[in-house]
Amino acid sequence: MDVTFQFDWQAAISSIPYLLTGIPYTLLISFGGLAIGFLIGILFGLLRISPTVWLRIPAITYIEIFRGTPVLVQVLFIFYGLPQIIGGPVNALVAGIAAIAVNSGAYISEIVRGGVQSIERGQREASLSLGLSRTQSFRYVIWPQAFRRMIPSLGNQGIISIKDTSLFSVIGVGELVRQGQIYIATTFSALEVYLMVAMLYLAITLSLSLALRLLERKGLVGQ
Amino acid sequence: MTDIKTEAGAEPIVRMEKVNKFFGSLHVLQDIELSVSHGEVVVVIGASGSGKSTLIRCINGLEEFQHGHIDVDGNELLPNGKSSKSLQTIRTEVGMVFQQFNLFPHLSVRDNVTLAPIKVRGLSEKQASDSANRLLEQVNIADQADKLPGQLSGGQQQRVALARALAMEPRLMLFDEPTSALDPEMIGEVLDAMRELADAGMTMMIVTHEMGFAREVADRVIYIHKGQIVEQGKPEAVFDNPQNERTKSFLGRVLKH
Repeated sequence: MDVTFQFDWQAAISSIPYLLTGIPYTLLISFGGLAIGFLIGILFGLLRISPTVWLRIPAITYIEIFRGTPVLVQVLFIFYGLPQIIGGPVNALVAGIAAIAVNSGAYISEIVRGGVQSIERGQREASLSLGLSRTQSFRYVIWPQAFRRMIPSLGNQGIISIKDTSLFSVIGVGELVRQGQIYIATTFSALEVYLMVAMLYLAITLSLSLALRLLERKGLVGQ
Repeated sequence: MTDIKTEAGAEPIVRMEKVNKFFGSLHVLQDIELSVSHGEVVVVIGASGSGKSTLIRCINGLEEFQHGHIDVDGNELLPNGKSSKSLQTIRTEVGMVFQQFNLFPHLSVRDNVTLAPIKVRGLSEKQASDSANRLLEQVNIADQADKLPGQLSGGQQQRVALARALAMEPRLMLFDEPTSALDPEMIGEVLDAMRELADAGMTMMIVTHEMGFAREVADRVIYIHKGQIVEQGKPEAVFDNPQNERTKSFLGRVLKH
């Protein structure tokens, strides 16, 4: 058995400038989608724990639908399916951001719910007994504590969503994987290029992990 | 013997009339009739599960009740969480100290004390901070103002909780087993702070197992058994000469050691 393979460093390195053109799209889809997803998550996470059943039902429905279907199917639906309803094309970048937003929004809703529910009842009772309104109690007492507890899970979700954007190469948005595929189509250096693509994802996710660890260290004071 | 505070016919600050509360089928408060005068110190005793905590938690609306009504300084609490004025209005006049302190762990000691005066009473940071310093001084903990609650001992935390409640300048203070979660060596410092408050004329309702303290500071002791006020009177009368069999047996159990 004679296995010989040559790792072509030259090919790997020369692919980098082209791959880097995909990074802005990867970052824009990830963080744009996550930012909207965070707002969705706060809204539906709070509706999810509302005492009013008619507010809970839409929240539960949303969460179950978007958590229970693959993000790939969601983006395909938005990019190929939605145009048939709205009668016009959907921009691939917009479709990608929207898919990350609704998908991460469902998970973040559950993170928000868990975070808020983890705060001891006594915190709410103490703030109410001081005369704070329910809104003030939430804003100044419950939320700051809940948010700190949510940071690790939010970071986790951020990393998952960043990696999910790699699926969006199928709708032709020029993110990291898509740029890699295009490059390989002319150079046939799949091994080298996909390794570089993987390294670039790792660079993004490791930076996020590091940033979160710093935030957590600051935030955990007083817990 | 005369008791000026309770017998001068002063307008009561709390009046509970036929208050009944159920947890499902459990009748936790039964036809509670109780009034508390300005400046009076009322200590509520009873076995665990007797409803004594529930009783005082009804007074600031942390618990709802199903029948009767409670008048708190001219504001009325009605069955099922309704009230004549907003619950918030009533709560700004009623301070509460909890068994588990319930300090806000993400805020410094000073910010714990100033939060409500700033957000509810509309005080400036400066005003609130000055009054916080004074109150923290009063409970002997001024040097810890910049620490977080988690850095303090239980006794210190409970004294901060007392200062936090007093910062709203309440007309009535409720204490829900304020020393039950404390290590024995820290109980004294909290009771001392409460004793000073009582001496200063604050109206107080205290649920406690500290019988010695009750005997010393109470104007009136109330014994609750299974959601009913079984016996009440001056501490000497209740402790030394209880009339009801249930009171006798309860005191026999708690005073033995």
